[in-house]
Amino acid sequence: MEEFVKPAIQVKDLDLSYDDYVVMRNLNFSVNKGDIFIVVGASGCGKSTLLKVLIGLKEPQAGEVLYQGISFWAQDEITQQNMMRRFGVLYQGGALWSSFTLEENVALPLQLYTNLSVSQIREVVELKLALVGLSGYADFYPEQISGGMRKRAALARAIALDPEIIFFDEPSAGLDPLNSRMLDDLILQLRDTMGSTIVVVSHELASIFAVGDKAAFLDTESKSLIAIGNPKELLVNSKDPRVIQFLTRGGK
Amino acid sequence: MPEQKIILDYSSPRTLAVKLKGDWLIVSGIPKVNEVIAQVNQPKDIQQLIFDTSGMNEWDSGLVAFLFHLIRECEHRKIQVNLAGLPSGVQQLLILASQTAEITPVDKADEESFYTRVADKFLGIWDSLLSLLNFLGQITVASGRLIMGRAYFRWDEFMALLQRCGADALFLVSLISVLVGIILAFIGATQLKLFGAQIYIANVVGIGMVRAMGAMMAAILMAGRTGASFAAELGLMRTNEEIDALQTLGVSPVELLVVPRVLALVIMMPLLTLYADLMGILGGFIIGISLLGLNPVEYWQHTQSSVTLTNLWVGLIHSFVFGIIIAVAGCFHGMQCRRSASAVGEATTRAVVSAVISIVIATAVITFVCQVLGV
Repeated sequence: MEEFVKPAIQVKDLDLSYDDYVVMRNLNFSVNKGDIFIVVGASGCGKSTLLKVLIGLKEPQAGEVLYQGISFWAQDEITQQNMMRRFGVLYQGGALWSSFTLEENVALPLQLYTNLSVSQIREVVELKLALVGLSGYADFYPEQISGGMRKRAALARAIALDPEIIFFDEPSAGLDPLNSRMLDDLILQLRDTMGSTIVVVSHELASIFAVGDKAAFLDTESKSLIAIGNPKELLVNSKDPRVIQFLTRGGK
Repeated sequence: MPEQKIILDYSSPRTLAVKLKGDWLIVSGIPKVNEVIAQVNQPKDIQQLIFDTSGMNEWDSGLVAFLFHLIRECEHRKIQVNLAGLPSGVQQLLILASQTAEITPVDKADEESFYTRVADKFLGIWDSLLSLLNFLGQITVASGRLIMGRAYFRWDEFMALLQRCGADALFLVSLISVLVGIILAFIGATQLKLFGAQIYIANVVGIGMVRAMGAMMAAILMAGRTGASFAAELGLMRTNEEIDALQTLGVSPVELLVVPRVLALVIMMPLLTLYADLMGILGGFIIGISLLGLNPVEYWQHTQSSVTLTNLWVGLIHSFVFGIIIAVAGCFHGMQCRRSASAVGEATTRAVVSAVISIVIATAVITFVCQVLGV
């Protein structure tokens, strides 16, 4: 029973540094299962560093990150790798492997971590590409498709193994409004249908209001978390001028 | 016996009820669609497919992938599919997948025939040659502008390049040259010993290193080290659109990026060659004195008398030509790089291979010319 009340992600007393320079101190927040959690803040505030710590690519200077009550950075390397298999990550530039076709890009995690046959892997890949609107593009190489399509293909790869938690690093960066909206819809669909927990690093106001259940505001000057809550409610209720300024920057 | 995940129920007329049981997870395996389709196909009068998931436990996109293909096959066979019995999440995902699956991709270029590819390859070589000539022309023009003081030139970067092309390579050049000197001395010693003329090892090593080997070894080293780094650096700049940004500012990338690199290597190669010559002679000297028991003073006098200024000039001409070849090959392939990670790798390989081949050809040509001129 206790398993159900544990948050999907819990960040405790986390200090973040970048090349010995401390960018954020004493971060504390939790993300419930099935929530879409947005990390918001100005450029250089440490959003990407936080993401790297959350996905297990960078050890924090202090503090811990717990996934369903298990401290990630306290585990040995093998356990960490097993935990990382439950994550899907959409990197800012897509990070598709350029010498692989889209099908090969999406198939690789399935080949590595499942016992599916070649034809079954192809069926799953076809579904994943169809879900992101890229049916028929399986044989294309990343350089043969547009930036928006690359990002969607990268999402298909990120969800290949049905991860429990999906991390998005600036999903709207470099996309036109239509593609950006499509990606927001996909984020909502993934949460609603698969029950995935989603963490999005973004400063795109439209996306924050469209998909965010909860947003955490990081402040560069105070190097701390200054507000946390539903973005729409924060817009109405927050007393912090920095939060209001950020949320109304695009027009109320 | 593994748990049966699918039960096909034909009890209702013209309707097939597909009962799904147990877990449907990617990691625990999913049934093969083809096997199920073969069974669905047996009674010819099936007009509708319905689902019963009351016995199903956990599911993920493995189930959705299975159903996605099953439904597609059923539609192909004009069998109506009723999704009502499926969990709402599965229904939503199937609807989403089937909506976007209708998007038609743009046409991909057809696979080219063998003859077309061969012809393209030859035309590609011709195009590359023209591009190289064009590139050399651009370097000449940019160098002219530099001499006239009209080029944008960053001295700080140029000094850093001189260091990269010279001082930073000293350790490797020392190591290789000393070893080449040692090898030359050993090879010479085995033959000259037969005539009691071991002292002439000093001549073999001295002339060999100064006239060609010093320059050649330093050049091959620099092609792998600096030429490759020029290609990778410029290739990545091309991939990151940094070169496009320069062009839009009206700054010639050849002027800003290529000329300083060519100049740095052309200046440093003769100096590295002189250093390599010395190190090679030192290698021969060590072997001559320590293993062959030669007199050090005698060895030094023989080296001095055999290595003439002409030999030195020939070696320096080699090194000057090699410097141009390595820098141009590295910069040319870097600037020609396409915009992908693999293209940067290809550019680097091409830069090294073409530089090494050109070095060998240039050595042959210079040697032939020297022979004809009697130098």
